[in-house]
Amino acid sequence: MANVISDETIEYVGILSKLKLDDEQKEQAKKDLAQMLDYIDQLGELDTEGVEPMTHVHPFTNRFREDEVTNGDDRENILKNAPEEKDGSFVVPRTFD
Amino acid sequence: MEKKLNELSAVELGKKISVGEVSVKEALDASFAAIDEKDGEIHAYLELSREKAYERAEDIQKRISDGSLKHPLAGVPVAIKDNMCTEGIKTTCASKILYNFVPTFSSTAVENLEEAGAIVIGKTNMDEFAMGSTTETSAFGVTKNPRNTAHVPGGSSGGSAAAVAADECSCALGSDTGGSIRQPAGYCGVVGMKPTYGTVSRYGLIAYGSSLDQIGPITKDVTDTAVMLETISSYDKKDSTSVDRDDTNFTSALIEDVAGMKIGVPRDYFGEGLDPEVSAAVKKAADDLKAAGAIVEEFDLSLVKYAIPAYYTIADAEASSNLERFDGIKYGYRAEDFKDLHDLYKKTRSEGFGPEVQRRIMLGSFVLSSGYYDAYYLKALKVKALIKKAFDDAFSKYDMILGPVAPTTAPELGKSLSDPLSMYLGDIYTISVNLAGLPGICLPCGRDSKGLPIGLQLIGDCFKDSTLIQAAYTYEKIRGDFA
Repeated sequence: MANVISDETIEYVGILSKLKLDDEQKEQAKKDLAQMLDYIDQLGELDTEGVEPMTHVHPFTNRFREDEVTNGDDRENILKNAPEEKDGSFVVPRTFD
Repeated sequence: MEKKLNELSAVELGKKISVGEVSVKEALDASFAAIDEKDGEIHAYLELSREKAYERAEDIQKRISDGSLKHPLAGVPVAIKDNMCTEGIKTTCASKILYNFVPTFSSTAVENLEEAGAIVIGKTNMDEFAMGSTTETSAFGVTKNPRNTAHVPGGSSGGSAAAVAADECSCALGSDTGGSIRQPAGYCGVVGMKPTYGTVSRYGLIAYGSSLDQIGPITKDVTDTAVMLETISSYDKKDSTSVDRDDTNFTSALIEDVAGMKIGVPRDYFGEGLDPEVSAAVKKAADDLKAAGAIVEEFDLSLVKYAIPAYYTIADAEASSNLERFDGIKYGYRAEDFKDLHDLYKKTRSEGFGPEVQRRIMLGSFVLSSGYYDAYYLKALKVKALIKKAFDDAFSKYDMILGPVAPTTAPELGKSLSDPLSMYLGDIYTISVNLAGLPGICLPCGRDSKGLPIGLQLIGDCFKDSTLIQAAYTYEKIRGDFA
């Protein structure tokens, strides 16, 4: 046991999580993650050979429906929640020149 | 002494309203007066919808008076956990990242309540994004347990449980991903139920762990729980995991009879770590049910300790995906200084999410990442299948499982967050119920020497919600008033 999280790994986790971590936060995150993984490693004690992974407890299937618009145009109210909007659209920083 | 209107159960109050003994406005006045008096200290609510509530009261009153609206909850004041969208009422998930979000629609569960004539009076505090067991991870301050304000109300639906316990509403909605309805109900001495997965639509519930999340009632008694659950249950095309059930007439299960019911008590729920006072109170409840004619037996459930690591792997994996949408573009908080789009995302999320949420997003991202997916995420899903099988075996012998809802009574404020792992261990009796999609109900069965409530949990097989309600109702009659 005893997982050790490398600097590269925590850097990668930060990218996947879209979180900006300073050095102190990175150290803390490495410790927290390692502690949780040590704990989760207990699952290795169980023999799961041949066991089907269970995503849902009920046998759900896809539910298809006609592609019909049922809700009205609520653009104005939706945009009220935007941190920044312009001409009926969300504003984002320039992404290409 | 006669009870005040806000102290009545939802059904008692609804009855008085329906016969014209009490007006809808008077019902609201009573709840808001209690809030004004007590919520400065308790802090169960994040937002009150006073104006909207009184506006709606006029319409509801008219329809009750002219006989066009007949429902046990018509005119009754309800509180909604702040992770359920409410049209025109701020919905924050107790997170800075949604500090100003006003939904343009209501969740289906809330719509169902409103259609019945219930009146939403406010949104309740919770652990940020429902991640926590004490309501202390809220970005907007802690909630205190009304039974003893030095203690937490539990979580994550701590605000809803506290509001019901403090008579600051008639009944409330909570959500339960790993015990978040049942555990705070236990800590606050009220009734809370997580129905079978798929019974209540999740549409409009801000997702944490989608395969585990269920909305359910938090109420003053079992009758209210049955009425509320019957009201909010619905098959919903907007939630592809909602189940089309024809057996949601839960009030028909309000029968005082447990004769011949087979109740299994897992020996592995009464081991190390369980407070002796909690153990004694729960065993006494089992004896009471036995005396009423139930067949009570001890058995070994097995795999109990593996539920927590499996749960945190699966729930955090789903959370890391569900919480991707909070990026500072469409709603909520946005960081001020940023270099480019990617920097905007990262800064917004680091500043907007609290430490517990970030911890879970990181663990979730890690267990789903290539190279670790099989070892962690897939392994947890296989363990989930084994846990489900253990319950299937138990329910081939028993109608329900009886045990504690948590190993202790409510901890003191400020004592839990410093060690996340030991906080997670407190979820040991509730978490496997979500993994297996089962219904579970918690109701008070006593107090410890400090006067804090002790919660009894009953767990049923999938779709046996009514059996649980019947047993809980019977136990409540045996126990008598819990005040």
